[in-house]
Amino acid sequence: MPNDTPTCPVTEKHIRIALVGQPNVGKSMLINSISDARLHVGNFSGVTVEKSEVFFDCNTYHFTIVDLPGSYAFTDYSIEERVTHDFLCNETYDLIINVVDSTNLEKNLQLTAELMTLNKKMVLALNMSDEADKEGIVIDAEYLSTLLGIPAVKVSAAAKTGMDTLIEAVIDTHEASYQKPKLVFSEAVEEEIGIIAAYLNEHRFKAAISNRNIAINLLQNEKKTYRTLHDLPLWIELQPLLIEADKHIETHHDTDDVKEVFAEEYAAFIRGVITETVQFKEQPFEKKSLTERFDDLLIHPVLGIPIFLFLMWGLFQLTFEIGSIPMEWIDAFFGWFGETVGATIPNDDVRSLVVDGIIAGVGAVVLFTPNIIILFIGIALLESTGYMSRVAFLLDGIFHKFGLHGQSFIPLVTGFGCSIPAYMSARILKNESDRLLTLFVIGFMSCGARLPVYVLFTGAFFAQNIAGNVLFAIYISGAIIGLIAAKVLKMTAFRGQDEPFVMEMPKYRLPSLKLIWHTVLTKTLMYLKKAGTFIAGASMLVWFLSSYPHSQELETAYAAKIERAAGTEAVGRLTAEADAAQLEQSYLGRIGKAIEPLFTPIGLDWKLAVALQTGLAAKEVVVSTLGVLYAVGEEAIETDKTLISAIRTHIPFASAVSFIVVIMLYLPCLAASVVFTREAGGIKYFVYLFFFTTATAYMLAFLAYHLTLAITGAPAVLPH
Amino acid sequence: MKGCGATVVKLHAQGPLKQRLVSFGVMKGARVEVIGFAPARSTVEIKIGRMRLALRKDEAELIEVSADA
Repeated sequence: MPNDTPTCPVTEKHIRIALVGQPNVGKSMLINSISDARLHVGNFSGVTVEKSEVFFDCNTYHFTIVDLPGSYAFTDYSIEERVTHDFLCNETYDLIINVVDSTNLEKNLQLTAELMTLNKKMVLALNMSDEADKEGIVIDAEYLSTLLGIPAVKVSAAAKTGMDTLIEAVIDTHEASYQKPKLVFSEAVEEEIGIIAAYLNEHRFKAAISNRNIAINLLQNEKKTYRTLHDLPLWIELQPLLIEADKHIETHHDTDDVKEVFAEEYAAFIRGVITETVQFKEQPFEKKSLTERFDDLLIHPVLGIPIFLFLMWGLFQLTFEIGSIPMEWIDAFFGWFGETVGATIPNDDVRSLVVDGIIAGVGAVVLFTPNIIILFIGIALLESTGYMSRVAFLLDGIFHKFGLHGQSFIPLVTGFGCSIPAYMSARILKNESDRLLTLFVIGFMSCGARLPVYVLFTGAFFAQNIAGNVLFAIYISGAIIGLIAAKVLKMTAFRGQDEPFVMEMPKYRLPSLKLIWHTVLTKTLMYLKKAGTFIAGASMLVWFLSSYPHSQELETAYAAKIERAAGTEAVGRLTAEADAAQLEQSYLGRIGKAIEPLFTPIGLDWKLAVALQTGLAAKEVVVSTLGVLYAVGEEAIETDKTLISAIRTHIPFASAVSFIVVIMLYLPCLAASVVFTREAGGIKYFVYLFFFTTATAYMLAFLAYHLTLAITGAPAVLPH
Repeated sequence: MKGCGATVVKLHAQGPLKQRLVSFGVMKGARVEVIGFAPARSTVEIKIGRMRLALRKDEAELIEVSADA
């Protein structure tokens, strides 16, 4: 039935649907189930920040579903709510599917009530009906439909039940004429609605839907209705009526906030509806729900944070331990592949391009795919189980001290995967200065693309059994430096009001395997695609710059020396010397030499300096650059040709530490920088970010380099 | 404190925070229950209806409640 080929939107039998619901009700998952589309679904507030559209055909209709970001109510509190509110009020669509969580109807119908004042055709999808069954919540969907005047369908996006019925209900509602929903208010409000509607009737005001509806909107201070009526002659007499009505209602509700008045009105109406239609079967005991039992442990005031740290530590251990098994195979494969392909190419230059340039560069990046997959699985689990919100809860106290917001944790953790979605998810922070602050710190959370560099270096300098711990330490120190940086920024650049911390703690859910699979698969394919295209190109460029110009003079000079030399050892040494001399006078060598003085104080030579520069394009390129730089001319002396051993041989430990510190802290990749600039709202922020990260990275690398030298007592030698 | 039920009497919050609380269902007459605290009691988790909500202590103090007898 479903078929996700995009179709022509201009057709007679076309239904454009706005999918609306509160956060965490499974909207994205519902779209997934209806259309088999690949959307990312998470179990914390704010996964769908931008609206996304899905197309599919069914029962001779073309459907377009616009997945709107989750909103608790019609407010402009967060960006998500603003996007949704704007869309619903200003754009054209045929029908609303309001997705609600059957296990929490009371809260969810609050939004439904607000949607009912929009005068749009609507279908209510009672999602998670299977969970409701399990929890002993019995909903009379038919009676609910009757009471609300809206068709209500029980569905379960997770179990894929009720999808056909939902689509039928959508088509039936679309084909039928608009039915007014039945929204009933308290006596006081109904009285005022009556007075205003009667006045409108008297003056023969012709409303699109009804004068009752206009009255409700006026009482709610709905901007558009106000604007329409404001220019009409009847406004002069209507205005005093409205002021009188407001006064009456406000006294009745003991508040001067219209939003609050209507929220209370809706809540009362919904309570009535729920009493009529929902039965809560008594559970045998007052048994603690699974979520409660999990929470007892996971957000325990003492154990909560250690448990979180332990889970993160476990993730990095796994990343390293399990990841290293297939790595050896991949490494061996590319070695073999390079040799085999190389043997078939007669031309020296072409062979060097293919083997040392493309295969070495791409191979170096592909090598880390297993690590990336494990890291992405970990983050996907964290997102989809609902644990993320718990951590935000646990960490808000600490984060707040550092000038961040508990919810900053969500973009920050996303930043461990990739900075780009992290920058975008920072939008869940409403307060501008909190958001900017978070944006500035995200880069300190080492993204997945930096992982290869860390794995390479920890693998080169630490024993297998502690490398995982070192990896974890690198990530944690990045995060700690990020927190300190946030504090510094908060005290200097981003002074301002703190945003309140009010967050829903969603129920724990077992992550759907299919969703995790899709998320991880999509991300991994993106990583590999990047390796095959962008990084292959960059490797070729680095290869070219490091192989040309080829000095004939040097070659002849060394050829003569080699001929005169006695013994294989001397020949080997001279060959290596010749290669090094060639590399040094290549374009890349010249660039590197020119910038080397800047990097000498932090213990980096020109090769590492060049690798850092190429990392500005993408962090994976750092590894491929090192792969190319250490592959060119290695054959002569190395028996073991892996990059790891090359790193171990050529780079002193202190320089490696300094290099890692720079990688950890300096500017994110080009794509991420572009997104950062867009999200922060101007190129000037990028300039700040550039100076801020460069200064931090340089200072801390300097410190780390000299500390390591002092501790290890090693002489300050540059890599060779 | 913990595990105690109470009824919201008045919201002393203003502006966006008030709107936010209201849209979460924290409004006059709503029943709330304290579930637990984060380390250092900086943040509190409450249950309102069937939903769980995390609040900073400063914000929670703006919700006036009357404890159940």
